[in-house]
Parts: sequence; structure tokens; C-alpha cells
Amino acid sequence: MTESESENESGTGTDTGTGTGSRVRTLPVTDLSLVVLIGASGSGKSTFARKHFRPTEVISSDFCRGLVADDENDQSASGDAFDVLHYIAGKRLAAGRRTVVDATNVQQESRRQLVELARKHDVLPIAVVLDVPEEVCAARNAARADRADMPRRVVRRHIRELRRSLRGLEREGFRKVHVLRGAEEAEAAEVRTEKRYNDLTHLTGPFDIIGDVHGCSSELESLLGKLGYADGVHPAGRTAVFVGDLVDRGPDSPGVLRRVMSMVASGDALCVPGNHENKYGRHLKGRKVRHTHGLAETVEQMAGESEEFRQRVREFIDGLVSHYVLDGGRLVVCHAGLPEKYHGRTSGRVRSHALYGETTGETDEFGLPVRYPWAEDYRGRAAVVYGHTPVPEATWLNNTICLDTGAVFGGKLTALRYPERELVDVPAERVWYEPVRPLASEAPGGHEGRPLDLADVHGRRVVETRHAGRVSVREENAAAALEVMSRFAVDPRLMPYLPPTMAPTATSRVDTRGGAADELFLEHPAEAFEQYRADGVARVVCEEKHMGSRAVALVCRDEGTARDRFGAAGVTGALYTRTGRPFFPDSSPDSSPESAEGSAEGVSLTERILGRVRDAVTEAGLWEELGTDWVLLDAELLPWSLKASGLLRSQYAAVGAAAGAVFPGALAALEGAAARGVDVGDLLVRQRERAADAAAFTDAYRRYCWPTSGLEGVRLAPFQILAVQGRSLAGVPHDEQLALIDRLVTADASGLLATTRRLYVDTGDPDSVRAGVDWWLEMTGRGGEGMVVKPLGALVRSAQGRLVQPGIKCRGREYLRIIYGPEYTRPENLDRLRSRSLNHKRSLALREYALGLEALDRLADGEPLWRVHEAVFGVLALESEPVDPRL
Amino acid sequence: MFLTISTTGAPEHPATDLGHLLHKHPDNAQAFSTSYGTAHVLYPEASAERCTAALLLEVDAVALVRRGKGKGRGGAPDAALAQYVNDRPYAASSLLAVALSSVFSSAMKGVCRTRPELPGRPLPLRIEVPALPARGGADLVRALFEPLGWTVDAEPVPLDTAFPDWGDSRYVRLVLEGEQRIADALRHLYVLLPVLDDAKHYWVSSDEVDKLLRAGEGWLPDHPEQKLITSRYLSRRWSLTRQAMERLELVRLAETDDSAVEEIDNAVEEVEEVEEVEEAEGAERTGTDDGRTDAAEEPVPLAVRRREAIVAVLRDAGAARVLDLGCGQGQLVQALLKDVRFTEIVGVDVSMRALAVASRRLKLDRMGERQAGRVRLVQGSLAYTDKRLKGYDAAVLSEVVEHLDLPRLPALEYAVFGAARPRTVIVTTPNVEYNVRWGTLPAGHVRHSDHRFEWTREEFGNWAGTVAGRHGYGVEFVPVGPDDPEVGPPTQMAVFTLGTGTGTDTGTSATTTTARNTKEEKAA
Repeated sequence: MTESESENESGTGTDTGTGTGSRVRTLPVTDLSLVVLIGASGSGKSTFARKHFRPTEVISSDFCRGLVADDENDQSASGDAFDVLHYIAGKRLAAGRRTVVDATNVQQESRRQLVELARKHDVLPIAVVLDVPEEVCAARNAARADRADMPRRVVRRHIRELRRSLRGLEREGFRKVHVLRGAEEAEAAEVRTEKRYNDLTHLTGPFDIIGDVHGCSSELESLLGKLGYADGVHPAGRTAVFVGDLVDRGPDSPGVLRRVMSMVASGDALCVPGNHENKYGRHLKGRKVRHTHGLAETVEQMAGESEEFRQRVREFIDGLVSHYVLDGGRLVVCHAGLPEKYHGRTSGRVRSHALYGETTGETDEFGLPVRYPWAEDYRGRAAVVYGHTPVPEATWLNNTICLDTGAVFGGKLTALRYPERELVDVPAERVWYEPVRPLASEAPGGHEGRPLDLADVHGRRVVETRHAGRVSVREENAAAALEVMSRFAVDPRLMPYLPPTMAPTATSRVDTRGGAADELFLEHPAEAFEQYRADGVARVVCEEKHMGSRAVALVCRDEGTARDRFGAAGVTGALYTRTGRPFFPDSSPDSSPESAEGSAEGVSLTERILGRVRDAVTEAGLWEELGTDWVLLDAELLPWSLKASGLLRSQYAAVGAAAGAVFPGALAALEGAAARGVDVGDLLVRQRERAADAAAFTDAYRRYCWPTSGLEGVRLAPFQILAVQGRSLAGVPHDEQLALIDRLVTADASGLLATTRRLYVDTGDPDSVRAGVDWWLEMTGRGGEGMVVKPLGALVRSAQGRLVQPGIKCRGREYLRIIYGPEYTRPENLDRLRSRSLNHKRSLALREYALGLEALDRLADGEPLWRVHEAVFGVLALESEPVDPRL
Repeated sequence: MFLTISTTGAPEHPATDLGHLLHKHPDNAQAFSTSYGTAHVLYPEASAERCTAALLLEVDAVALVRRGKGKGRGGAPDAALAQYVNDRPYAASSLLAVALSSVFSSAMKGVCRTRPELPGRPLPLRIEVPALPARGGADLVRALFEPLGWTVDAEPVPLDTAFPDWGDSRYVRLVLEGEQRIADALRHLYVLLPVLDDAKHYWVSSDEVDKLLRAGEGWLPDHPEQKLITSRYLSRRWSLTRQAMERLELVRLAETDDSAVEEIDNAVEEVEEVEEVEEAEGAERTGTDDGRTDAAEEPVPLAVRRREAIVAVLRDAGAARVLDLGCGQGQLVQALLKDVRFTEIVGVDVSMRALAVASRRLKLDRMGERQAGRVRLVQGSLAYTDKRLKGYDAAVLSEVVEHLDLPRLPALEYAVFGAARPRTVIVTTPNVEYNVRWGTLPAGHVRHSDHRFEWTREEFGNWAGTVAGRHGYGVEFVPVGPDDPEVGPPTQMAVFTLGTGTGTDTGTSATTTTARNTKEEKAA
């Protein structure tokens, strides 16, 4: 390991001047480094710093002394002053800013602290020594009022200590030591800022980043060919980037090295070292290394090569830089992955990390080190492309991707086209080397993946979404979601999505009082069409609302698919509500017959519904057409009374019952009083209207209730296929979606599936808009729940680039009695109800939508379960935000 | 929102005296503004033979909901709690009681300036309340009014005639008849309407609760159901304070799913005060929530025995740092605190309400530093692995596993036995075989509405054996409660110890237990 500690990034060495002052010295200083000036009081450090560095780059101990003690020369404040100095320097280095320390630094202890600070922040410590004669220093001090009384012995001591230090500076850890001898040389010296070796931000590619080759020369040639390279050169000028581990285990490491070295030499490729190159390099230098993990093969193959080639390989490996920062900082390539704080940094620790990754210190059952899952914590802006850990499929995780797909173990050799982010691979020609441990399966649902951890969901969180940036989840909302998710939800592996809430249309200003209809509206589709027109959405689809319960159905082709893809045994999918609860209490695969009420022949209701949908998918030929073994459906389950019966009885029917019981008597009393000649004013009229409102309310909820027995009477109305294997279909236009859905409904012989009626409207065409309004009036006039207006293009952005609402609901006038109460249509009530604020609801709808899309995208990309679950959990948590529940 | 008061009379005592008593002239319809809407008093009939006064309260439902948004008193604390779809405008609720007291305040005090002799005279009264919310049903209505001298006719109102199988609503059509002084009749209604009301959320402020209690003077102390009446007041008062800690997030999640919040926010029993009694009766069962208490069946409550058994095992295992996973209201944490050998006690529950109740029960905010330093309550979930739970001596899962759907049990197994891996794990769960011994538990019913399953001894044994084998634990079984020769103990307990058995060993021990049980069954 000592070898890996050495850092190739910068040539270490002491650059000692001649002391004659006869030539102008140029001091290379790395752009990100800690520059430690060393010199006696009066040696000209501050002048030197002022001349060569920006004022904000320089922190002087005198200044810090002033800060803490109001006196730059108060030596008793030195301790506090250096605390401040170290603190500021630490903050600057953490932020990636070069820092110059202007203090005498003649004592080893003070330098040790600074070297430690540089290491802590993974930057190079650089020493610049101003070795100026005592007389000069003394004369300068004497000329300064504040130092005039500084005893001569102090300067003498400084110079004595400095001289004593000179030889040991490199050993102390300084990676560059510049010694300027004499006042003249110090004054004449120039500083040249150098880029770090790993800084290739000026290269923008395009790149083809290639995973671990491990001596698979033939596969490499095939892949290069597939990528369009001819003899190592791409006609379009693309650059190959190798993530290391070119050698060992495979059949032809010399061939791979020859190819890569020539491409690097000609500027057609970049290469970072892998741990295997590193070890082989040490072997070539004559160090004793164990010929394990495939090194023996390389050594043997290289034995057949010339000494000259081996020498060139040695130099090549010696010159490799641990990682590269490319494309303006947007891309980082290294062998084993790199947390953001190490990007562009230079230290032994960074190199070690880049080559070996971080391990937890534990070993797994195969005796291999357990790697710390750094990518799970990664939140950096730069895409990190790496290899090192064989995985069955290359998948993005938090903007990182591992390209080692185990070519030498019989997997495949994978390349990533950047910036296109396309994966290109060629299969291994054979298993060249038996793996110690089987390639880990990272299937979604985490069949063998890591289990969900509380830290994935608990507390205040921010979820990165590709469609709406960062979405925050507050602690109290996560806490509530945790309770519901843990106690009531279906297995998270079978719940890759939760539907977002939907905003209603802007509050209606439509007032037909005095007109033929003589009706007031709280919601009316005219506003929905207008809102989409304003958002630049020309074409929308109106979809009938069924007044069922929102349902998500995950339907797998068979139990095997559910097991392999989602890791759940004994089921073929799931059917769950908006908060992830199962619709039927029998969804347990292990449930004993007596607990599975309503089941026939021991098959649960859930499984019977899934079975019918499955048959329809099969009959419609959609498995083949969509290239999938499972579908995720967004749907409504009818009747409403199936799920909401508790609420219906405790709230809706109860209100109807109370109203029905009270009005006959109340009206009779009023009529009696009126008959006696008592002036009851408009009270009687009003009570009659209220009685009629209450009756209308009862009629309203009754429409959505009917008895069911088993599956008899149960309908499922799907309206969108959310996802299939490897693809989110959330962006598929709704007319195409509905065409697929129609085929499902047609193919369903069981009568379970219900069709969703729809009408297409051009928001800019008044006739079309009128037709849409009439359609809605007709539907809701018959008691229909209403409709949802959606942009035809499904996933649509406004001209300003913001997501537009994925749907706007327009609820029927009668239906809204269930929401706003029996008497909401009374003018005095409606006037007050119209002052409702939709802003929070709209924002919530978009945030939940973005989280839902994110869950589907992560599912499609084959990301691990916890990543999908993070977004799904976010939707549930946001649902507990304080927003008017009637919207 | 509507009731009528009728009386009969004769020329010498005309029924229309009712107008004097109520201070409302029979020939006028009068309107009064109250906090919750307009109250109207009018007389559908007013003759010397028969006089009927009607009180009609027009509740402004929209204002009721919107009031909650402001800071005004008496409002629902949050819009999420208030429903526009609400029975308040129709049912004779606490709102009607409040209106009654403000419209007929003099009559209720028994004051009549014009005819001072009238209030002291009992009248033949008939009171009709067509929609009375009655928690406890018609029987309770009778039990409350009959001892006061009323002839009671309480007829349940069906929920919806279109759906007969939905059964009756919580409302009854109430007719009271009796010779009563009008002031007494009004005070009976004023107190008992809210008692019978089944409101989930209260709009009545706490000083009105005190007024209600005062209205009971003279008749409440001797009422046979005095305890119930008072207890409902107390629970009402508790509910008032509870509003502040209402878990609105859960309310919203329930609404998202068109379900009542009680369906998901049910980790803590609704009626806290009667909990000790319930424990005596067998802690598992959902108590009858009308506040009436059944006689205790057992001398030592099962929950107490369970805690004793757990503490004994923890002591034997030499555990000092203990996790109570699914700590609920913190009874076990409380028991563990009494023994200083337990140096660190962490109560974990997924329900924030449970943790709040536990914290109150333990008086964490007033506990001395030394003792408080030994205990922590944190929200956690066994559906997820949790790094905070690693490195403890023991974990207790007392009456926890049966609250999980079976398909989600493997996640708990992994989180506890695979990830947290304490040296000792104690799991207790009901023995379903014993349920036949609970006299009051209907056959085939689980002991608690949230139990997703209850296991036989064999089922529990198999599960425990498999889990132990998979994760390198040995397991032993300990009966808790009277070990019935035929059906075993009411609670079964498994004690898992890390590294005391290989997979095959634990398999054998599970089999042994099962075999023993079978033998006992045969012997019985």
C-alpha cells in the first residue's frame, strides 16, 4: 500500500536557487494548494505574497493577531490568532481555493499543523522559503515603526531555525519546496500558476468511456469497432477514456496495453489507473507483490514481450493520473468511484480512494472486502463514471455509473457514450476467469439487493428529481408516511409508484343565474381549457372520472416474474390504493384460508383481479408488443363503496340519514305555524330548499354505491400504463395510451375492465371548447363525477420550461355536494366557497407528480429498490402536507 | 338542529302557558343569533288544549368549517378536521344544546317574571327530537332518560333505505313523555344531548363543558349512569386538550384514501382512562368504548404478567442495554426503569402518538436527569433496517409481530435478527388456541381489531425456529399466563439467543416444543 500513497500528480522536489541572483526564478505553484511562506521576520513574506497572489488568497498571522487582539504584534495572542488562521484556511481549502499562509513558519511544529491541514483537505502543501540575510531583515524591521524595538536576537533565532529546517521540508510533507536565497532572488522571482494534472476540464469530448477490460483484447477490439473506432481512431474525433484495470485475469493483457498505450500516445484516449495496473507497476519496479487475482497471467503473458515494451508499460503506468475532471467539471472518471469532496483534489488519500474505493473494514461471505456504498450518498453535480466492482448491468445511481460488467467473468464489456449517456456493450466471448463471488444482482425490487434502510426515508429529506429538481420532504410528513407505510402498505417491493394528487380547475366564475340553466358553478371546465391554453397546450384530452377509488395495479406475467423482477414470492403483483394500502385484506400470500374471506378456491381477490388483467394483456398481445413481463397500471376501482364503505356509512350516509329524519318534522312545524298565521318569513321556503339539497346529496353519493360479492360488481377502469420493463410510459401521449387501454378492455372477456370515455379538445378553438363544456355538462348532469383534462402530450412543459399540471379535475356540480356539503350550491355558501386558494394544491400536485415520474424513471433504469422507494415514500409524505382536503 | 316541546292543558291551565315559561310568544316566530347559526322559535300549534314550541337551529356549515381557519375560540383547530359534509346542520348535537341554553336561559333557570308560580309546576310534557345522535344506541338513551322520570320512545333511524344491509345509523328518533318541570326538562336535554352526541371533533369550548356539569346539579349525582355521564365529560375534556396534539398529517393521509382517521391512527387506544381496567380484563381486547366497564376476569392482568416474564428473561440474560421495539404507550419501558441494571432503555415505535403518550406516561419532561439519561423514545420502523438499533444487549418485541401483515414479516425479521442483531431477542404474541378461554371474545375473532393474524403454538414455533436457524440464534419457548393443559397459555413467548444454536439445533428445539405441545394436547 505504501506505493499507492505516493502521488504521481506532481513531481515532488526541492527547487533550490543558486543564491547568486543571476537568473529570474520561476516558481510553479499548483492552482489548488496550501502555500506556506517560510522566512524570518522582515524577510519580505508579505511583500512577496502581495506581489504574486490575490489579496484574498493570503492570510497573515499578523492580521489574525490584529483580529483577535487589536494589535498585530501582541505575541500573547498568537495561539488564538493561529486558531483563526487555520480556521479560515480550512474553510478556503474545503471550498477549493488556493491559500497562502503568511507567517514566519520557521518552527517545525507550526509547519506540521499546516501540512496536516493541507492533507485534511486533500490539497498540495507547497513551501516557499525566503532565505534572506539577518542584516536585511533587521534593517527592514527597524524601518517599521511597529517593529522598531524588535530585539535583534529574535530575527537571529528565526534565521537559525529556518536554516535548520531547510533540509527536512520534503520529509515534513511539502510536495514542492522553493527556496529563494537572498533578497534579490526573492524580489526577482516569478510565480507561475499550474493546473493540477487531473484537471482536464477544458476537454469536452465527446467521450466513449470504457469499463474494466482485464486483458479481454478481443472484446475490446469488438467494442471499439462497435463504437466506430478504426485502428484506435474515431473518425468523428471522439476520445476513448479507460477506467483502468486493463490487465490481469484475461487472455491478452499485453494486447490491451498495446492498444490503449498507442491510443493514449496519439491523443485518441485517456486512461486512469486501476488497482491492477498499480500492482503490476509495482511488480515491474521490482517490488515484491503476490501474484494473485490474475496477476500471474499478466506476468506470464508479458514474459513473451520485449524488455523495451515492458519498460514502456512501466513508464505508462507510472505516468497515470488517479482521476480526471473533464468537460468543465461535469464529468469525473476514475477507477473505483470518488466522492465529490475528492474531485480534482490531490493527495495520497484521493489516489487510494480512486484506485481502491472505500471499504467498511468488513469482509463478506466470500472473504472479499465490503465496499462502502459511496454512490448512495453521492449528491454531486459531476457525473462520476467508474468501474472496479463487477455488476450485471451498468445503471445510473445518483449521477454515477459503474461500467465494470464483468467481461472477464463472462459478462460483457460496456462503454458509455458521453454526453449522449448511451450504453454500448459487447458480450464476453467466454468466461475467461471464474469469479470468486457471483455477479451481484441489482434487480429492481432488490431481490438480492440491500434491504430498505430507515435512513433512506426518515426525517427531513430532499429527493433529487430529473423533472423538477430537488423536492423537499419535511420531517413531520415523513414521520406520518413512515407510520402508514410500515403499518398499512403493501410490500414496498411491489409498490414502485404512488399516484400524485391532482389540482382542481381554477374556481369557476361561470354564473348562469338568470339564464336558462340558472345554475352557479364552483368548478367548470372552461377554466381548465383556458389554463392549458395559457400554458401553451393546444390539445387536451378530457377523460371521464369514474367515481371509483384510485388504484395502482402491478400485474406480472407469472409468479416467476414477480419473484425475479420484484423479489416478492407467492404473488403475481399487487393492487393498492393512493396511500399504498391493499384494496382487499387477503393479499397475503401466506394467509390461511379462514382469513382470506371472499376467496374462491383459495385464490385471493387481489390475485383474481390480477389474473383477469393478465389475461387481457395476454389476449391483447401486449407482453410481446411492449417487450415486457409486467405492466404497471393507473386505474380506478369501482364501486367507490368497495373501499370507502366505512366513510360512507360513518359520514355520508349518516348525514343523509340525519337530514332525512329531521326535515319532515321541521317542515311540518313550519307549515303548522304558517297555517296559524304566524309570519315565518322566508324560513319555510329556505327549509324546503335545504331539504331538497339534502335529498340531492343522498342521491349524489348513492350513484357511487352498489353491492358487490366477491368480484361480482367490481370494475377496474385503467387509464394509463405507467411503466413496463425498462421503460417509463409516463411520457406517452394520452391518445396512444388510451388506444392501448382500449385494446385491453376489448380483450377482457371477464367484464372486469371498464372503458374510460374521452373527448379531445383544441384549447384554442372556441367550438371545440364549447363541445368539451357540453360533454361535461351532459355527463355531470346525469350525476357523473366529472372529468380530468390532461395535456395530450402527457408530460409537457410550458414555454418557460416548467412542468405543466399533468391533469386538472373538473368535478360535477352534484358530485361536489359530497365534498362541500349538501347545501354548497346555495348562493350565500357558494360565494364564500369561491374564495379558495389553489396555489398550494397546484404546487403539491406538481411536486408529487415529479416524484412519481422519478420513481418510474428509477424503476425503468433498474435502480435499486431503495432509490425507487425514496421517491414513492416522498409522494406519500407530501400527501400529509396541510392543504385544503376538499381541493 | 330541531326539537319540539309540547304540552297539553285545559281552559283553567291553558297549554299556551308554555309561552310564558319559555318567554317566547306563541304567535310570533322569533330568531336569535347564536355562535353557530340562527336559532328560531315558533309554535306550530298553540291552543289551550295543546301547545307545541319548536326550536330550529340553522347551522351555518360553511362558517363552522371556515371558523376553524382563524384563531377564534370554539373553532375546529384545523380545516382538515372540519368537514363540510357534517351532520351538525341536521342532528340534535351539542350545538343544539348550546342554542337551547342561550334561547331558553331564563326557562332553564326556572325564572318566569310574568307568572312566577308557573316554573315550579310540573307539566305533562312531550319532547320530540327527530334526529338525535346517540352513541350507545337506543338502549343507552333509555338508560339515561328513564331514571329521570321520562317515558322513552327511541327508534333507530336506518342509514340509507336504499341500502338496507348498511343497517341503522347512529341516530334515533326520540320521543320523551312525562310530568316534568320545564326547567328540569331543558337541563336534562342540555346535559344529555352532548353526552349522547358522537362528535369526533368538538366545537364547544371548555368553559361550556363546565356549564354542562353545573346544569347537572340536582339530578346528576343520583343518576344511576352518573359515572358514564361524567366519564364522557372527562373524555370530552381530554379530547379538547387532545386537539392540540392531533396528528393532522395522519388525518390527511386518511382523507387521501377516503377513510376515517381512526382506521390508521389507531396505535393507541382511544379511551386512555379505562386502560387499566381493560388490562385487567385482558389487555388485548378492544374495550367497549362507551366507558362502561365490565367486571374483571383475572386477578393479575395478563399484561402485567407478560411484563414480569419479559423482565425476568432480561435479567437472566444479563442485559443492560435494551430495545423495546414497538414500545406503544411505554408500559414496559416504565417497568424497566424501575431496575437500575437496565442502564439504557430505548423505546421505539412507529406511531408518533404512541410515543407522545409514552412520554407523558413516563413524565419524561419532569424526570430527574440521571433517570432520564437511561431512557430514550424514538420513532422507528421495523420495516426498515436501522443503524441506530445496532449493538444492544437485548430487544423486546412484545405483542408486535401480530400487528404486521404476514407478507411484511420478513422485513421485520431481517431488521431485527439480520441487521440489529442483539444478543437476546424476546418475542411475545397471543396464542390463538387460548382464545376459546376468553368468555367475552366471540369465536373466530382476534383479540384486537388491528391484529393481522394470531398464531397457534405450532405456527409460532415453526416461525421462531426458522428465523432462529436463518440468523444463527437459538430459541426457547416460555408460557406466559396460566398454562392451560389443553390450549396452552394466553401469551406465548420465544426467547432467542445469539449463537446458542445452529440452524439444525434450533430446528430440533422448535420441533421438540411442538412435540411437547402435541403430547399435552393428547393428554388433555
